[in-house]
Amino acid sequence: MSTTLAPAGPPSRKVNRNRGLTLFAVPALVVYGVFFLFPAFQTLYYSLFNWEGPGTSPAFVDIENYKTKLFDDTRFHESIGVTLRFMLLVVVFQTLISLAYSVRLVRNTKPTIFLRALYFFPTILSSTAVGFIWNFIYEPSGGLVTGILDKLGTDYRPAILASPKTALYFLAIVQVWFHVGQMMVIFVAGLQGIPKDYTEAASIDGASPWQTFRKVTWPLLGPATSIVIAYTTLQSFRAFDLVYVMTQGGPDNSTRVLGYHIISTAREASQYGEAAAESVLFMIIIALVTFAQRRGLRLLGADTSGNAA
Amino acid sequence: MTQSAKSFRNPITGRAIGEKAMLIVLAILIAVPALVVFLNSFKTQGQIIQSPLSLPTKPTLDGYRSARETNILRALRNSVLVVAFSVPFTVLFASMTAFAVARMNDWRSRVLFAFFSIGLAIPAQVIGVQQSALFIDLKLNNSFRGLILINIAATLPVSIFILTGFMRTLPKELFEAATIDGATHWRTYRSVALPLSMPSVAAVSIFLFVMHWNDLFYPYLLISDNAKATLPVAISSFRGEFSTNYPGLFAGLAIASAPMIAAYVFAQRWFVAGLTSGAVKG
Repeated sequence: MSTTLAPAGPPSRKVNRNRGLTLFAVPALVVYGVFFLFPAFQTLYYSLFNWEGPGTSPAFVDIENYKTKLFDDTRFHESIGVTLRFMLLVVVFQTLISLAYSVRLVRNTKPTIFLRALYFFPTILSSTAVGFIWNFIYEPSGGLVTGILDKLGTDYRPAILASPKTALYFLAIVQVWFHVGQMMVIFVAGLQGIPKDYTEAASIDGASPWQTFRKVTWPLLGPATSIVIAYTTLQSFRAFDLVYVMTQGGPDNSTRVLGYHIISTAREASQYGEAAAESVLFMIIIALVTFAQRRGLRLLGADTSGNAA
Repeated sequence: MTQSAKSFRNPITGRAIGEKAMLIVLAILIAVPALVVFLNSFKTQGQIIQSPLSLPTKPTLDGYRSARETNILRALRNSVLVVAFSVPFTVLFASMTAFAVARMNDWRSRVLFAFFSIGLAIPAQVIGVQQSALFIDLKLNNSFRGLILINIAATLPVSIFILTGFMRTLPKELFEAATIDGATHWRTYRSVALPLSMPSVAAVSIFLFVMHWNDLFYPYLLISDNAKATLPVAISSFRGEFSTNYPGLFAGLAIASAPMIAAYVFAQRWFVAGLTSGAVKG
């Protein structure tokens, strides 16, 4: 008892204390190290091999996979284009819509609390369920859009998912429907964190609502905005489930996002080595996009340094 | 304040009407698709195709009967089993790590934290292929054990991030006091850190529950044995089986989503808090 209270040499005691604490991280380190970080390194490693998957022997090909992917593989290039277009569509529309709505949902009244919960609702559904719900809406024969157009007495039938020109847009609508309420909540939290005095002071000084928003609210909302954009971007890059359930990458590969393309390179074409190289390049694209977005936001005057929301 | 009070007194301005309309339109766009699908699960195929928007005039459970024939109840049980293990273990391992990081507060904790932060930057879609190959090598594919392990590994980084953020805000004096009273680290973790972190632990648990319950990606990669399919996999196979059977598909969707929707209705605030806590800057 008295020994613990005695002022033992502080440095050595701290070392001892921390050694015991390190043990607390061991279970997480093991599971994460073996089943997450190790395969991440394997992805780098096998990207230098011609490998047809588990049970076959990989052959070292140096940077051949990267050369193929960067210079020859037009399907991969198309897939990058689709991924970036999908990301842009979803980020722009989801951010603008959720921002526009959050401004109207800041106050905590009964209707706004109800509406926030309603708008948020799709977030709890599985992307499989969401995919099937929208498959039915888009279905050309007997679907919801067709049903509504029938009611309106028109023969016009939009191609929706059937045309390579429009499929990606209609897929983006589904993604926005799925997550717009979640982003709204983040914006609302950001807006509620802005002291009322600031906006009031601006309007007393004669600023128009738009000026107040542009000069006061928007800069202070920066941390929330950057979280919304980063999260939306990541969600769009993660899109696999929706594509798998709704379009399988078609028509004409127009919705073949990288998250889907890489899996089929491995699973359908049995090119695990190439899939690994594609994964590494995808990771580089993600890093570049994230970096560019932060730069872009700073240029737009939003303060992205904080960690609000 | 003054502005909103004014518009409250004169609600019949063009702008107020426009704003209300805007809110209602989105409410309809969000609610109707889900509602229509739910209502259509009580109709027959013919009724759905003829009038997809009408209420079920003669409600039938045929859809639910045909959904049952596809072993959706087995998939439901599988999903419950996987989530029952993957969520508590992720929370346990993540909170222990967060405790260590928050308590050490030296270069070691920074290294540890950075180590797990790598995982925040790498989406599952980038390493999923390699993970599935590894799991085949280790004979962990087609097993619940494997699925549980991969769920834990994939969601540890974000859980640790959230929990560490919270535990760092706890007053150090509490831990010091516990140590002076002779409490071991384990005791301090269990009796001080964990109970005080309950709001954040609950948020993380709900976040994980939704993530693991709804995930299609990892079960799709790891599980090919139908007997071990979780709900999202079982439902995604409806695509072929049910190309002409809407009632069965919709009943299956209703069964798969019901537990989540029920939980959301009762613990809506917790869900919102939990699912937004996962929103971390890439």
